[in-house]
Parts: sequence; C-alpha cells; structure tokens
Amino acid sequence: MITNNFPPKYKLNINENCNKCKRCAKECSFDVFTFDETENNIVAYNKNCVACRRCVLTCPQNAIELSENKIAFNSHFNWDYKTQNDIHKQSDTGAKLLTSVGTGLSHKNIFDHLLLDACQVTNPSIDPLREPMELRTFVGRKSDNISDEIGPQLQLETPIVFAAMSFGALSLNVHKALGNAARKAGTCMNCGEGGLHPDMVEYGPNTFVQVASGRFGIDKEYLESGAAIEIKIGQGAKPGIGGHLPGEKIDKEISKTRMIPEGSDAISPAPHHDIYSIEDLENLIYLLKEVTEYKKPVGVKISAVHNAPAIATGIVRAGADFVAVDGLKGGTGATPATIRDNVGIPIELAISSIDKRLREEKIRHKASIIASGGIRSSADILKIIALGADCASIGTAALIALGCTVCESCHTNKCAWGIATQKPELTKRLDPEEGGERVYNLLRSWSLEMKELLGSLGITSIESLKGNRERLRALDLDSYTMETLGVKGAGR
Amino acid sequence: MVLEFYQKVPSGCAIAGIMNTEAMSFSGNKIMDCIEVMHDRSNGLGGGFASYGIYPDLKDCYAFHLIYDDEPSRVETEQFLRKYFVMVGGETIPTRNTAKIRTSPMLWRYFLKPMEHLVEEIDEEEFVVRRVMEINTGIKGAFVSSSGKNMGVFKGVGYPEDIGEFFMLEEYHGYLWTAHGRFPTNTSAWWGGAHPFSLLDWSVVHNGEISSYGTNARYLDTQGYPCTLETDTEVITYAVDLLMRKHSLSLKDMASVLAAPFWDKIDNMEPSVKEHLTKLRIIYKDLLLNGPFGVIIANTDMMIGLTDRIKLRPLIAAQKDNWYYISTEEAAIRKIEPKPEEYTYSHAGKPLYATLKNKDKKGDKGTKISQGARLKGELNDDNK
Repeated sequence: MITNNFPPKYKLNINENCNKCKRCAKECSFDVFTFDETENNIVAYNKNCVACRRCVLTCPQNAIELSENKIAFNSHFNWDYKTQNDIHKQSDTGAKLLTSVGTGLSHKNIFDHLLLDACQVTNPSIDPLREPMELRTFVGRKSDNISDEIGPQLQLETPIVFAAMSFGALSLNVHKALGNAARKAGTCMNCGEGGLHPDMVEYGPNTFVQVASGRFGIDKEYLESGAAIEIKIGQGAKPGIGGHLPGEKIDKEISKTRMIPEGSDAISPAPHHDIYSIEDLENLIYLLKEVTEYKKPVGVKISAVHNAPAIATGIVRAGADFVAVDGLKGGTGATPATIRDNVGIPIELAISSIDKRLREEKIRHKASIIASGGIRSSADILKIIALGADCASIGTAALIALGCTVCESCHTNKCAWGIATQKPELTKRLDPEEGGERVYNLLRSWSLEMKELLGSLGITSIESLKGNRERLRALDLDSYTMETLGVKGAGR
Repeated sequence: MVLEFYQKVPSGCAIAGIMNTEAMSFSGNKIMDCIEVMHDRSNGLGGGFASYGIYPDLKDCYAFHLIYDDEPSRVETEQFLRKYFVMVGGETIPTRNTAKIRTSPMLWRYFLKPMEHLVEEIDEEEFVVRRVMEINTGIKGAFVSSSGKNMGVFKGVGYPEDIGEFFMLEEYHGYLWTAHGRFPTNTSAWWGGAHPFSLLDWSVVHNGEISSYGTNARYLDTQGYPCTLETDTEVITYAVDLLMRKHSLSLKDMASVLAAPFWDKIDNMEPSVKEHLTKLRIIYKDLLLNGPFGVIIANTDMMIGLTDRIKLRPLIAAQKDNWYYISTEEAAIRKIEPKPEEYTYSHAGKPLYATLKNKDKKGDKGTKISQGARLKGELNDDNK
C-alpha cells in the first residue's frame, strides 16, 4: 500500500453541549458534518475541513471545537507537512494544485521592516483633532504646468480603493457591499473582469470598470458607466496567467453580466490576443479613450515583475493615466499554487523602482500609481505611499471585513460565508447593507489612523508624503534592498 | 542620486527684510541693527544677507558669488565659467579681520555675461540656472551662493551681525536687504549651508523645517533642479523660481501652491476660484510645503513674506512711507522704525508683500567696492 492516506490538517471535536440540532451540517458548505441516525450523533469528516470557522461561530450550543491536528510528523524542515501533502495530492490526481487568496509562504514582508518618522521639537507634530488633515487624492494624468489642460481626474476622499474582484469570483452581494462602502467613503471599487451587473450600474460613479483579456461584458454602455477604466494585463497572484471561471458557475445572472452563454466556461486568455506589444497596448488605451470621449482616466494594471519599471514607463508613454501594480502577495479567487507562491516581486520593491524610474524619465506626474498586493493596514498604506504610490488598493482586507476567514478555498465555489461563491443558499448569508457598513468602517478606521500617523510626521496633507522616502527607515533589511527602496537604515 | 541619502539639518531661525519701495539705497548697517535684536534666535552657526541694488555699475552682468573650499576648486570653476561667459570682472570678496569670524573659505565674486552665441537659441536665465546647477553638483568644493544681477548674497558660519561685520556690509548700499540668523540643531560648519539661498535674483531666508522635503526635492529634480545643499530651504528657492519665472504664476498663485488652502475651504469657494485652486493643487501637489515655515522671498522687484498653511512660525510686516519691513519679531522692526504706520500680522498661507514702485531705478547709490576697472585689474589670470 502506498501511504496516501494523509492525516487531516484540522480536527473538529463536538463536545457534550451538542443538542443534535444539526445546524452545523446546514452551515458547513464543505460537507464536513453528517448526522448518524443509529448513533444519534454528529459525525465530522475532518478531511474536508478548511478551517473557515463557520460551524464554530454559528453553533447555538457553542459545542464545536476546531484545532490543528497535532499529529506527529518527522520534524524535517525541508519535507514538512505541506510539502509532503502537496506531493500526495499531485500523485493522487496528476493535476496541478489550485489555490486562492494571496501567497501564505514566509516571503520576507518588507512593510514590517520599515518604520515611519515622527516630529520632535524642531518641527511640531500636528494634532489631527485640532487641525485639518487631508487625504484627498486625484487619480489621473497631471499636466506639466498650469497653462496646460489637465487630464480627467478621479477624486478620492481617501487614498484607498478596492481591488479588482469580479462578479463570478465573488457574489453579487459582495459587489453591492463594496459599492455601498465606496460610495459612502467617497472612493471606488473595481468590478474586475466580469462585467457590470445591471444592479451595479448605479454604483458606476464609484467604480473602476475593467477591460481584461476575456473582454467579458464590455460594450459602450459598460465603459461609460464607470468612473475610470482599467486595462488588466496582470495580477499579482498569477502573473502571466489568465483566468478560468468554470461553466457550472455561469448561471443566468453571470451569463448576462459577462455576455456569454449560460454554462459555458469563461476563459480569460493569459495575454490579450490583440496586445502582443506596447504599441498594441497604446492602441487599446486610445480606443477606450476615444469611446469615452477622453472624459475618464484610462489606466493599466500589471503584476509586479522584475522588469516592472521599464514596463511602467512604456505604459505611461503609451498614454495611460494611471498604472496599477499588484505585488507578489496579491490575492486571487483561483490560481495554480505554484504560480502564486513563486512568481513576481513584492509590491514595496516594485513601487520604489517604478517611482524612481518614472522620475528619472521626468514622467512621474503623467500618471498616478495605484499599489496593491498584501496591504493589511493603514501603516502599510502610508509606507507604500512614502515609497512612491499615489494610493493603495485592497482586496483581501475588505473581504475579511465581510467575514472572510482566509481559508484559501475561493476556487471551490463553496465559501461558507457567502463571499466567493455563486450558490444562492450561500450568497444570501451576506447582507450587502450590513457588509457595506463594515467595510466602510474599515475605511474610516484606516483613514483616521492615517491622519494620526500624518500628524505625528508633521504633515497636513497626504500629498506631502508621496515619494517622501526621507520619512522612512529600514530595520533589518540588507543594503541592496535599502538601496532599491531608497531608504536609509534606522538610526541614520 | 544624492537626494535619496540627503542629510537633514533642521533649524530654528530669525529672519528680517527691509525694502525701500522707491529704490532708494541705504547702507547695510540698517539690516544688521535689525537682525541683531533677534540674536537669541540664532546660535552662531549661520548668518547671512541678501542685498539688492549693490552693483549698479555692473547691473547688466550676472554677479556670481562663489564659496570655494580650496584653490583647485577655484581654478576649475573659473575655467568652467570662461567656457560659457565673458568675464567682465572678478575678485575676492573683501572681508575684514574680526575676532568673531576666525576662519572662512575662499570667497570670490565674478561679473559675467553669457556668451552670445551660446544663448541665441535658449532662454538666457535658463542658461544661467543650468550653469549654476552644474557648478553646485559637478565641481567639488565650489558653491554658487548667488547668481543674480545687481544683487549678492553674503553668508557664513557665525552670528548674522558678525557675518555682516566680516563682509563690511556697512559699505554696501542697496534698496532691499534680507537677513537670516540660524539656529541649526547640529553642527554643520559649511558656509554654503547658511541662508539666504539664492538663484538668479531670487533669494530666500527661511525659519522652519520642511517635513515634505523628500516629496518636494524629488519633484524639483524632475524639473531640472537637483537638490544637493543639505538643507530644506533650497527647495523653496527652486520652487519659487520654477513657479514664478518658468511657469509665470502670479504671486498669489505661488503662495497657493506652497501654502495651499485646505480642501474644505476650496470646496466652498465660488466655482471659478474653486476650479482654479483645485487645478493648482492637482498639478503642483508635490510642491506643497508641509511643516512649519516663515520665509522672506525677494527678487529685484519685490519682497514677500509667507507662513505655512497652519501658521506654525511667526511673521510680521510693517510699513512707513516708502519703507516696508518684514520680520520674525516686532521688536526687530521697532529697533529701526519705532513708529510704523501699520503692522500686518501674517495669516497662514497669505503672502505679505511689497513691490518696487520705481522699477527703473534699482539702486541709485551703489557701492564703492565694485568699480569695474579695479575688478579687471585683480582678476586672476593664471589659467589662461
């Protein structure tokens, strides 16, 4: 016998408080629980558990205990549980491993090694309760000087937008929740590459509409509905990879939103098949500008790869009004695990080099930079802005506010919290009003925190932190990384 | 890039400025008396003056004041200058031995006219700016402390009144003077680091610290102004030159960029004003100066006082007859003008300013030191 019967990663224990109400069996969308009539008890099939915690949090008797399965493994550093388990899964099926969310590997998190400055004596710190503190940000092309016309600008009241996440990857209720939050906070969501559902058109003034390689849901009305247009070339979690929404997910609603037949696979090719070069990209940028009569910013999203500065330069010269860059730790609804964990570079390094290159070429003002990929807090946002971004975009953080527990199962369409699924019995679990309020609270909280941080820096406007690397110091980073970041070591 | 590893020298300060709006010249004694009142606002590590109208005999020449670390830097700079300019005159800047200022770098001035064939196609002032930047970034040990016409900057390490005595400023006559006493919080014995900072005929004296330095400097670098002088005041000088000379912004628009009104104010303004200010803030967002400052900005035609957008530094102006005064402290103005007609206190972001009424005059008296004939005779020719 070949030992492929791998022990489950998590263990569920149902204690004596259980009153056999079977709620857990209804709540669990991963088929963990069954009711054994003969024994009159709940049986948990641990191997299906992804630790989404739905059962634990909904059990009226508080009877379910979830823990990591502490089975002993040989304590080999190289051939740990995950490595062995992956190999078994691959030799069972012969298929590539799929996963979701951003990479969970222990790549060094540069944000955690950057520290912000504060004022003492020579320069007073500012109290945000007493003095105005400005976070307003404009996305779009700026002119060289006042006598020239500036391009169309997207006004954001806080330098945070929501990352592109499609209807298809996410439920319609999530889109509505994000739309509500964006509208209330004066910022924007991004409809991703799945088109704009008719219910979402009213959120258009707070929406980036995306044009991706599958061209789903794109017509003139779609482009005109959005506040800005984003051409998606790449995504941090899967640079160089397209997307695949399986036919079973293409129900009536998704079918009409994406403008494809019900039940057919929605395949986004890896490249745009009309963009094999930078001059092709320029054509698409100007096509979209022509269609929308130069009234909206048109930008390009790329994943952070080694050559990102040169690519970004090309994109700006090709006429883009903003460049969105998604780093190594960016999230996804589905990707091959090996791509997610091994391809791309951290957003901190990418933004630093892109900002530097654009300045060297004297075209930095011609486009805004939107940074994403593993941004977890208000401090991360200020740090990426100080490294050169104009604003940050958040995906996973907003979903966590909606109840996501990062169980890495978005691609299974089984999300028990009703976020990354199309099953009506699951999607109804998320109320778009309540969810919108929670995400809005997150934006509000982060905005207040950013104002506190700015005040301690003696700065009254976020504009004065952009590219201001002088206010950052590095702790425990090697000199090469510090040079790339343009940041001095702490204590200097 | 020098920028990324710049060493900041925060400083407190005293600033003062006196202008005769009829362009009547007066001796440097007056500004020295004025700045001396604020002795305790500086700590002896920097003082300086900008004087306008002091070289009327050579008013068509760019007067370059140079600070040299050593002889090789002077030789290299003079070779460089001869490539681009006709050198009408050049000499060491006269100084007197004083007990207070014991050591100094080599101090020279040159009166220069750009070679005509080199400026045929480009703007002459831009030509001069480029050369100043090339000297400051390219020649080790050389620093251009001023480069305007009929004006000059005299600065060094010491209390301002001692620096004035060292440069014998009582013998100079100008119609507009600004002064600076510096309180840097760490020692930098570099004469170039003292104020005023100057480019063409712009000069800036600054009390404060710019928290947005990194953002400002990175933007100015893309606009052709590399910042290399280890101080944040440099960015103000370049920003003013960029906005007012190159982009032809009005004085008020310049103030609305450097000390921009807050969005909640702009949002409630009447539509045309709102649109204009919004556009200014969007385009020049990187030039917003954050952090406390009170500055006096001067050129041949005007003197401007400006404080930051939440007024974290004091500044006061006073007026009497044809005299206009700006100072950190009222006491300094009272010392030289006991009974002004009117005091104006600075409001956040609102410029205090006076302009020259008699624009053709610009210094009737001049100074005895800079006689063209004498300059030619003393010009060091050993590099020919």
